[in-house]
Amino acid sequence: MIVALTQLLVLQLVGEVIARGLKLPIPGPVIGMLLLFLLLALRRGPSPELQSTSQGLLQHLSLLFVPAGTGIILHLHRVADEWLPLLLSLLLSTLLTLAVTALVMRLCTRRAATGE
Amino acid sequence: MNVVAPQINDLWVYLSTTPLLGLTVTLLAYQAAWWVHRRSGSSPLANPVMIAVAALVALLAISGTSYQTYFDGAQFVHFLLGPATVALAVPLYTQFRRVRAMMLPVIAGLLVGSFTAAVSAVLVARLFGASLVTQLSLAPKSVTTPIAMGVAERIGGIPSLTAVLVISTGILGAVLGRYLFDALRIDDAAIRGFATGVTAHGIGTARAFQESEQAGAFAALAMGMNGLVTALLLPMFLPLLQ
Repeated sequence: MIVALTQLLVLQLVGEVIARGLKLPIPGPVIGMLLLFLLLALRRGPSPELQSTSQGLLQHLSLLFVPAGTGIILHLHRVADEWLPLLLSLLLSTLLTLAVTALVMRLCTRRAATGE
Repeated sequence: MNVVAPQINDLWVYLSTTPLLGLTVTLLAYQAAWWVHRRSGSSPLANPVMIAVAALVALLAISGTSYQTYFDGAQFVHFLLGPATVALAVPLYTQFRRVRAMMLPVIAGLLVGSFTAAVSAVLVARLFGASLVTQLSLAPKSVTTPIAMGVAERIGGIPSLTAVLVISTGILGAVLGRYLFDALRIDDAAIRGFATGVTAHGIGTARAFQESEQAGAFAALAMGMNGLVTALLLPMFLPLLQ
């Protein structure tokens, strides 16, 4: 677990250095994810240790959003003042994005299936 | 009573200044939320993030604790978002064969979904009279928290408000996705996962992993790609909306 966690942190660090050094608008961890993907492609798969550590981290991915979500307490005034536009924007935009993305993908999948 | 009260007070003063309390209540709230989630038969409606956040907000309000004090402890959990994002490469790699076979729908879904997420959020908010700052804070709401906060800062939104909107979007997407896909008769796990990841980033990805590993891997892919696309394109096409 420690070796795998170190690997993940080193890749995040390298990603952070690349992002800051090249002034990219992409956060370090996302670059770290791309780097790990390339490494896995070169090595043809994760070690069992990396496999189980990342599974452990991802199994409780939702937990990691709780501290930032609790930050809503800092914005209760704005939320109270603008609750209607906020609620409608989040609700309609979420439904629309889910539906549009899924329908476009289904359309393209069918095209690809009938085209071949 | 007169003897005990000051002691409890001293204890509280001590505990409220150490990170221990913030960290412990975060884990306790999350486990309680998981218990409720399980008891509901893993219903998307009983989203664990939503329940845990509601419990913690109530707790901070009742105890009069500042968010900053709480976050001094909770930051250790928050920090793990970084390595967890890197770790998403693992399921992505395992599922890559399927991803490669679906290149065309993946890219089309990504571009259309990314555009829809930002534009519809801004336009609906404007239509119902949100302030400009709120509209700008909403624009990157579908991408993962660290990217969204960076984008918000660059386009003139409030990063910490964006973080809250991102998480609310994630919860909504995780809650509504299954019902919407069932109603639209979309059964392909890859499509369900990818659309959830484009819309609802990491929280949607957590939900997609509960459906299947394939849905989770496609959600992780969508989350990463939408982060990239939004970070690169949103600051460029946002002036067109103003």
